[in-house]
Amino acid sequence: MDWFAHPENTKPLGLLIFFVTFCAIVLWVYGSKKRSEKLEEHKNIPFLDDEDEVKDKSNG
Amino acid sequence: MSATSVAATEQYDYDIIKKFSVMAIVWAVVGMSAGVYIASELAWPFLNFDSPYLSFGRFRPVHTGAVIFGFGGSALFATSYYVVQRTCQTRLFAPGLATFTFWGWQAVIVLAALSYVSGFSQGREYAEMEWPIDLLILFVWVAYGAVFIGTLMQRKQPHIYVANWFYLSFILVTALLHTFNNIAVPVSLFSLKSYSLFSGAQDAMTQWWYGHNAVGFFLTAAFLGMMYYFVPKHAGRPIYSYRLSIVHFWALSFMYMWVGTHHLHWTALPDWASTLGATFSIMLLLPSWGGMINGIMTLSGAWDKLRTDPIMRFMIVALSFYGMSTFEGPLMSLKDVNALSHYTDWTVGHVHSGALGWVAMIAFGSLYHMIPKLWNTQIFSVRLINAHFWLATIGTLLYITAMWISGISQGLMWRAFDDFGNLQYSFVESVAAMHPFYAMRAIGGMFFLTGMLLMAYNVFATIRQGVRDAASAQARSAVATA
Repeated sequence: MDWFAHPENTKPLGLLIFFVTFCAIVLWVYGSKKRSEKLEEHKNIPFLDDEDEVKDKSNG
Repeated sequence: MSATSVAATEQYDYDIIKKFSVMAIVWAVVGMSAGVYIASELAWPFLNFDSPYLSFGRFRPVHTGAVIFGFGGSALFATSYYVVQRTCQTRLFAPGLATFTFWGWQAVIVLAALSYVSGFSQGREYAEMEWPIDLLILFVWVAYGAVFIGTLMQRKQPHIYVANWFYLSFILVTALLHTFNNIAVPVSLFSLKSYSLFSGAQDAMTQWWYGHNAVGFFLTAAFLGMMYYFVPKHAGRPIYSYRLSIVHFWALSFMYMWVGTHHLHWTALPDWASTLGATFSIMLLLPSWGGMINGIMTLSGAWDKLRTDPIMRFMIVALSFYGMSTFEGPLMSLKDVNALSHYTDWTVGHVHSGALGWVAMIAFGSLYHMIPKLWNTQIFSVRLINAHFWLATIGTLLYITAMWISGISQGLMWRAFDDFGNLQYSFVESVAAMHPFYAMRAIGGMFFLTGMLLMAYNVFATIRQGVRDAASAQARSAVATA
């Protein structure tokens, strides 16, 4: 536990955790074609409660 | 009047959104008027009238408080309550608590302005409110968080739309920032005066950790939430890339927290902290521009809307200013550039290219889109929106151009040496040289304020029209029933 009390240890550790987490998010978002398609479907949510609104025309 | 919109007014809790929308307009007029007045004081100092109540030092936080928290805050309350209901397809959680957020927030703005004019300030930029007002903000903010999170939890839509992520991060981070920046010990229970827990370099770092993240999460992330709903909605086409919006969100959230120290280059702050702030500021350019491109490309294939629709024009120009100021910010965070720009009007110009160009314009676009829907009517005058757009754009350009010239001139004059190594200019010479640009800035502000007054009239006429439409529809249905 003493190791965690030193900022010179915890700062690089924090950086590493955040960096790895961010890389994991990017990989998760762009890593699978099937997941990508599913994620892109969410872009239509603002139009779901308005039946008269125009939905996905071309983007994506 | 479509059947869908009638259903929407009944389906959702619009009353609280109407209140916040109206107050956003009111505070915009008040705050921008105060801004024009203090800008005029700098150009024509007789306007101080030797009165402490009208002095620049007391009026400046009235301006920043009214535009950031009054206008910006009310617009964010209004749009977040609108977006969370419509994207979750549910009514607001705890409407009584939502009403408390309205009255509480308005009390905060009024009390803060009165206290500043009376000479009470804790001297922390954008957090000048004394401790009792800070406590009231805390209660209002917890209530806001409860209403927003409660609404998300009772959603009928399984996925939480990305705009809500931005609003949620704004609510959580603002709570964090407000709490830690305002930790203070009051002199006594009946005194407004208090002393900060922090001192020296730590105090400066805490203030700018708060100050820059207030820009990052209050004035950027939250307004990006606005952008991610209202730009696609108004364009009638979904956001360009949903995946990019996810990466935009997380990158912004990871990076913004670190950049506050770039406000303290060449000070007693440790050099590593200063370098860290500059490094993260440069990296922040990527998510910022990713988000800007995502917003602008939403219009891909429908660029003709820019010619015909002034609301769309507000939104796209807002995104362009967002791109410009998020390029300028990292540039100014570099130590060598900062050595020239810091303490000069360049900083003031940079802030206003973001505040007027991005924050105000995306808010105008969103309010112009939302207000007619709230009152179930059409906008009173599209021509007035067009006039507002041009007045706002010209005003912003005049403002930032004046401050660029003034700021860079100031920086160069302050660092100029003569052949004997003495300073070439006295400070007062640099002040005199700024006079034309201060007048130009005040005129830019007047343009912007005039546009705002047109908006206030247009919104008032739209609401009056909506109320009349509703009354006549009610009368017709009563006659039909009889």
